[in-house]
Amino acid sequence: MAVTPDDAVELVQLLTPEGELVEHPEYRVEFSDEELRGLYRDLALVRRIDAEATALQRQGELGIWASLLGQEAAQIGSGRAMGPNDHVFPTYREHGVAWCRGVDPLKLLGLFRGVDMGGWDPEEHHFHLYTIVIGAQTLHAVGYAMGIQRDGMTGDADPARNAAAVAYFGDGATSQGDVNEAFIWAAVNNAPVVFFCQNNQWAISEPLERQSRIPLYQRARGFGFPGVRVDGNDVLATYAVTQAALARAREGSGPTFIEAYTYRMGAHTTSDDPTRYRIAAEVESWKLKDPIERLRSYLIRTGKVDQAWFEALEQESDELAKHIRSGCIEMPDPDPLSMFDHVYADPHPPLARQRDAFAAYLASFEGVEEEQ
Amino acid sequence: MSSTAAAAPAAGQTTTLAKAITMGLRAAMERDPKVVLMGEDIGKLGGVFRVTDGLQKDFGEDRVIDTPLAESGILGTAIGMALRGYRPVCEIQFDGFVFPAFDQIVCQLAKMHARSKGHSKLPVVVRIPFGGGIGAVEHHSESPEAYFAHTAGLRVVACSNPVDAYWMIQQAIASDDPVIFFEPKRRYWEKSSLDVSAGPPPEGLDQARVVREGADITVAAYGPMVKVCMDAASAAAEDGTSIEVLDLRSLSPLDMDTIVASVRRTSRLVVVHEAPVTLGMGAEIAAAVTEACFHHLEAPVLRVGGFDTPYPPSRIEEEYLPDLDRVLDAVDRSLAY
Ligand SMILES: Cc1ncc(C[n+]2csc(CCOP(=O)(O)OP(=O)(O)O)c2C)c(N)n1
Repeated sequence: MAVTPDDAVELVQLLTPEGELVEHPEYRVEFSDEELRGLYRDLALVRRIDAEATALQRQGELGIWASLLGQEAAQIGSGRAMGPNDHVFPTYREHGVAWCRGVDPLKLLGLFRGVDMGGWDPEEHHFHLYTIVIGAQTLHAVGYAMGIQRDGMTGDADPARNAAAVAYFGDGATSQGDVNEAFIWAAVNNAPVVFFCQNNQWAISEPLERQSRIPLYQRARGFGFPGVRVDGNDVLATYAVTQAALARAREGSGPTFIEAYTYRMGAHTTSDDPTRYRIAAEVESWKLKDPIERLRSYLIRTGKVDQAWFEALEQESDELAKHIRSGCIEMPDPDPLSMFDHVYADPHPPLARQRDAFAAYLASFEGVEEEQ
Repeated sequence: MSSTAAAAPAAGQTTTLAKAITMGLRAAMERDPKVVLMGEDIGKLGGVFRVTDGLQKDFGEDRVIDTPLAESGILGTAIGMALRGYRPVCEIQFDGFVFPAFDQIVCQLAKMHARSKGHSKLPVVVRIPFGGGIGAVEHHSESPEAYFAHTAGLRVVACSNPVDAYWMIQQAIASDDPVIFFEPKRRYWEKSSLDVSAGPPPEGLDQARVVREGADITVAAYGPMVKVCMDAASAAAEDGTSIEVLDLRSLSPLDMDTIVASVRRTSRLVVVHEAPVTLGMGAEIAAAVTEACFHHLEAPVLRVGGFDTPYPPSRIEEEYLPDLDRVLDAVDRSLAY
């Protein structure tokens, strides 16, 4: 008989679904009221980005969209725990982490609209390209972390320079060979990397039981580093746990596996139909654990925000939505010849000839269309 | 052979290519209890393209296996099951995701029969939805067939229409060799009539077919490009050019007899595929035809294919994919010699 995922498992939690603060023996956070409001703002705005993108897809402006609905706290908590030197290696769903790193949401939309393949400079915001092949980026994160290590950016020498890499992936990804190899590489090299798994319970139609018969965080022990399960809908706990793991990595104590226990509230992507494989009651029960509602009720109950503040945020959210909407609709289609750009860092003549031939072919139609 | 009423199409009934594969899988599973399906999301969801829709419900979770998310695992365990006498049919979700399984396919699956001096049979089918034209993000539109055709020990085939899809999947499963089975994903929803009582088409799994006879030039294609070439042939006919269209069906082995016979009739050949032209199927066919038909050729063999670039963002994929105009342009260039 399989161990069900929540059997006898301790979940690090600092803010209950009802919005009450709770103590944890190992993890704590000290936030000013300002910082708490900042976290709420992040959560609300990334939810809005997501809602806008989903709407844009429905209107045919995006080819597809991978929604983060329900996973905001896991992403904002971990994203905000990072320092300026840390590097993110994301999947295709880390819109909230991108937000924390300062990446313009329109950059993300370009990929889903089909005007480019990402195209942002990974070093600008320390946010690497979205990765669609499941699990591939975990190895990149480990290699990058090994580079950080070689560059002397861990340990005591100059703590201000210290850095770590953070690999994001889903529960399904833990089955991939690459991810298991990443765990091994990280362990034997004591690499400064944090593995941040958002266990949203599903890999398209496959429930966690099809990937693992033990709670995921327990796997880390077998590879030789600590694993911790955190309430992924609790922004304070994900912050605290990530901060501790990053500190560990940066000081030179090696990798940590974080399993953020959360839930994918929507479809896997806009192409998916979850009604074929999951029951509505499950979704309903997770609604009660909503990551935004719990911080909201805490802020209201403790008088840290008033109605005017929420109204101002609402306005900011509307502005952001407008920016996304108009920015997306106005995004021009790329020039067809741009597909020949950047294929090589050091361009070569045969490809240039192919490009020129195609340019001449396209030009041959120009007069024809005018005649018609 | 038993058949369920819901599965067997009556004479004149039309079926999509995707449904035709579903029916072919069903027929093979009914015929042989050793046939098992393996893949991600193929159970309740019926696969992301719904090709396995309803099969888990009817055959159970032991025969329609939702696997963990690990392609190397899917192929590696399929090999083990095949060694144990099963006939696994693996679904790879999209073309770009076959590469985590590449090592298992080209280093293990392809070679075991030869290495065991024929003792071990590896009747594994790897179904791969391939090609572009559906507006997807990266890794969802690629044409990796040449990588597999380059490896001895694998049979590589591509279907192009519902009738072939229905019969070819059954032939692939019946084959004692590993078969890489390419499905033209943008044709999944195209319908044609499928009358299974009419029996299988005469061609074996390794044979090409003349799908339209013509006198002036041969155009050879497979999978999604067959329709483009048929449309080009219709358009050319209006201008008085008679194009013969070949559906290659099998990419490895290549049915050179059919290709050569056609080229000897028409003296001209254009090969069309979505994959980049460099070192693609067209390159192989051009070389082989030049060798076999040098004295019959009135023009060099021309290739129409994708560019030597990564598959582009979807907003410009129509520029990347060979279309009717590019096929006709090549036909004109060939005829101009
Ligand atoms: C190697 C590979 N195989 C299959 C896919 C198709 N696919 C895309 S997302 C997905 C499920 C991913 O589940 P999980 O890792 O749990 O992440 P989630 O999307 O739930 O966040 C699959 C099967 C892929 N992108 N890459």
